[in-house]
Amino acid sequence: MNINDILSVENLTMRFGGIVAVNDLSFTAERGKITALIGPNGAGKTTVFNCITGFYKPTSGTIKLRHSDGEWRLERLNDFRISKIAKVARTFQNIRLFPGMTALENLMVAQHNTLMRASGFTLLGLFGVPSYRAAEKAAIDLARYWLDQIGLLERADDAAGNLPYGDQRRLEIARAMCTEPALLCLDEPAAGLNARESAALNELLLKIRAEHGTSILLIEHDMSVVMQISDHINVLDYGVKIADGTPQQIRDNPKVIAAYLGADEEEAIAVMEGET
Amino acid sequence: MAANASQAKTARGPDAAFILKKAVISALVALVLFSLMIGIRTEAGSDGQLTWWTRFGDLAAMVAVVFGGSIVMELLRHWWGPVDTVRVVPPSAQKVFSFAGRALVPALLIFTFLVPVIFYDERYILDLGILVLTYVMLGWGLNVVVGLAGLLDLGYVAFYAVGAYSYALLATNFGLSFWICLPLAGILAAFFGVLLGFPVLRLRGDYLAIVTLAFGEIIRLVIINWQTLTGGPNGISGIPRPTMFGIPLTPGDGGLADRLGIEFSPTHRIVFLFYLILALALLTNWVTIRLRRLPIGRAWEALREDEVACRALGINTTTTKLTAFATGAMFGGFAGAFFATRQGFISPESFTFHESALVLAIVVLGGMGSQLGVALAALAMIGGFELFRGLEQFRMLVFGGAMVLLMIWRPRGLIGHRAPTVFLERNTVISSDLVKEGHG
Ligand SMILES: Nc1ncnc2c1ncn2[C@@H]1O[C@H](COP(=O)(O)OP(=O)(O)O)[C@@H](O)[C@H]1O
Ligand SMILES: [Mg+2]
Repeated sequence: MNINDILSVENLTMRFGGIVAVNDLSFTAERGKITALIGPNGAGKTTVFNCITGFYKPTSGTIKLRHSDGEWRLERLNDFRISKIAKVARTFQNIRLFPGMTALENLMVAQHNTLMRASGFTLLGLFGVPSYRAAEKAAIDLARYWLDQIGLLERADDAAGNLPYGDQRRLEIARAMCTEPALLCLDEPAAGLNARESAALNELLLKIRAEHGTSILLIEHDMSVVMQISDHINVLDYGVKIADGTPQQIRDNPKVIAAYLGADEEEAIAVMEGET
Repeated sequence: MAANASQAKTARGPDAAFILKKAVISALVALVLFSLMIGIRTEAGSDGQLTWWTRFGDLAAMVAVVFGGSIVMELLRHWWGPVDTVRVVPPSAQKVFSFAGRALVPALLIFTFLVPVIFYDERYILDLGILVLTYVMLGWGLNVVVGLAGLLDLGYVAFYAVGAYSYALLATNFGLSFWICLPLAGILAAFFGVLLGFPVLRLRGDYLAIVTLAFGEIIRLVIINWQTLTGGPNGISGIPRPTMFGIPLTPGDGGLADRLGIEFSPTHRIVFLFYLILALALLTNWVTIRLRRLPIGRAWEALREDEVACRALGINTTTTKLTAFATGAMFGGFAGAFFATRQGFISPESFTFHESALVLAIVVLGGMGSQLGVALAALAMIGGFELFRGLEQFRMLVFGGAMVLLMIWRPRGLIGHRAPTVFLERNTVISSDLVKEGHG
C-alpha cells in the first residue's frame, strides 16, 4: 500500500456457489482522487463495492483502508462500522432513499451517529438540553449546505419518494456526504440521467473532490462521466482486472475496447469517445 | 394483474369480468372449505355410533353469501375506496389535516379531562373510559414497534402480562407501593422486550410475526405452569389498590375522604384511576413524540423505510431494533401494572393472543405511526364494541363488517399521513402511499 493510497484491495475473490464474481482482484485508490471501476454488465463491479462496504464477506483477500483517522481491514468490520468508524460511504445502483421521509430528514438520518452522541444516547435529548439543540441545528445546517450543493434546497421538505429520478440520485450522494466520509463509493450515479444532469453530476463530483478532499471510488457506465472526471481507471471483465491507467491510456487500450464491447471495434471506439 | 387493476382504477368504472372472476373464485374456495364443515354434519348417536346427515341447503346459502359478498366488496372498493393514488396530498386535504391537528387534539384532550366531571355519577362510562384509555396507551406503546420501526409484533400482550405480574408479585410479596413498582414493572417489561428482540433480529415479515406470536404464548404458558410463583391458572388476588401518593382511597380514618372532610364514595377511586391512566397514556404520547424527533426515532423510521440503507449510513440496526422493542415493551409494562392495580386480581386469562390482536388492530386501524389515529381507533374499537352490546351474538359480525368497510374506505388507517419530524420552510404532510410499512 502506497503512502498516498486511501484504499488498497489485494487479491480479492468473491464466490457465489459456483460463480466467481470477483477473481483475485487487486487495485488501489489514491487519496483525494477519483478512481473509476468500469466494465461490462455482470463484470463484478457492484460485488466489489459490496465487499468494500461490508455487505458481503469476501471469500478471500484483504481490503485495507488508511486515512488520517487510522487504518482498518475492512473485510473484518461489520457493515455499519465501515461507515461509522472507517468513514466509507456509499450509494446504491438502485437508489435506496427513505422514500416516505423528506429530503431533509434523509440527510438528518445520515448524521445519526453524531446526533446520537450529542443527544446523550437519547436521554439528554429527551429533555431538550441546549447542547443537543445546538448539535441539531448544526446538523440541519450541514443538511442545508448539501441540499444547496445539489440544487434541491427548494424541495427540502418534500418526500424523497416524490422527487424526480435525477434529483433522487443526487440526494443519495448528498446523504452519503452527510456522513462526512473519507471515501465515497458511487455505484453508477449517472444511470438514468440525461446529458444535462450528467454534466451537473460531473461538476458536483469534481467539487466534492476539490473542496472536501473526499476520495471517490466510482462505478460508471456513462463514458462521458468516467473519461472526463476520473484520475485513474480500472477495467474489470468477468471478475478479473484486464487493464488500468489514466483515461487516455484506457481509451487507447485495444484490450479494453475488445473486452468492453465484444469484437466490434468501430462501435467500441465510438462509445469510448462518448458518442453513444 | 397490477396493470389491470390500475387501468380499472383510472377508468373509474367497475370491470365486470374481473369482479365476476374474483367472486367465482371466492365462491369456489368457500365451497371447498365449507363442504365438510357445513355440508356434512356428524354427531355421536345414542349408542356412541357415528350418525351423519347432509345440509346442502345451508352450504348453498353460505356459498351464495360469499359470492354476493365478494361482488359487493369489489363494488364498494370502486365507489367508495380511495381515489386514484394521489401522490401529492391536495391542499384541501392539507387544510383539513392541519385543522384537525390544531383543533381536534385540544378538544379531545379537554373533553377527556372533563369526563370524570361530566359523568361523575355514571360508573359505567367512567369504567369504559378507563378501558379505552388503557388501550390507547397500549396502542401508543405498540405503535413504537409496529408503526415507527415497522417490526410486526404479534406478541405484545407478553409485555402487558410481564408488567401486570411484576406489580402483582412485587406488591403482594414485598409490600412495595404502586409508585415504586410502576418503574420496576416498566424496566422488567423492557428487559423482556430485549429478550424477545435478540432472537428475532434477523427475522423479517411473516417469520417475525410468528416468532413474536409464539413469544406471547410462551409467556402465558409459563405463567400458567409456574404455579409456585404466579399461582398458575388461579392467578393472583388481593393486589393492593393504588394510593394517592401514600394516602389510601378507602373509607375510615386516614383515607382521602376522611382527610378532606368529605363523605367517602367509591367513585373517588374510579376517578383517581381515570386520571392515573390518562397521565400514563399522556406520558407515553409525550415520550413517543419526543423520541420521533430525536435521532433514535428517525433511525426507527428509517429502519422501516430501508434497512440496508440504514446500515450503509453507519446505523447499528441491532441496537436500533432492540431499543424499539424495549421502548414499546416498557409502555406495555406500565399499562400492565396499571391493569393489575385496577383489577386487584389478575390471571393468565387476561393475557391471551386476543389482546395482542386487538392492540395491533388498533394500531393498523389508526394508521400506522399516527398518534391521533391510534387514539381515535382505540375509541372506535373499544367504545364501538360496547355500542353494539345490544346486538348480542351478532355483535362480532356487525363489528367485523364495520372493520372491513373501514379498511376499504381507508386502507392505510384513519390517519395514514406522515408528519415530518423536522422541516426547513414548510411542514407538509407526506402521503401514505410513499411511506413504507416495514417488512419485518
Ligand atoms: N448475492 C449474489 N448471489 C449470487 N450471485 C451474485 C450475487 N451478487 C452478484 N452475483 C453475481 O456476480 C456477478 C457480478 O455481478 P455484479 O457485481 O452485480 O456485476 P456488475 O455490477 O459489474 O454489473 C453476476 O454474475 C451476478 O449474477
Ligand atoms: Mg452493478
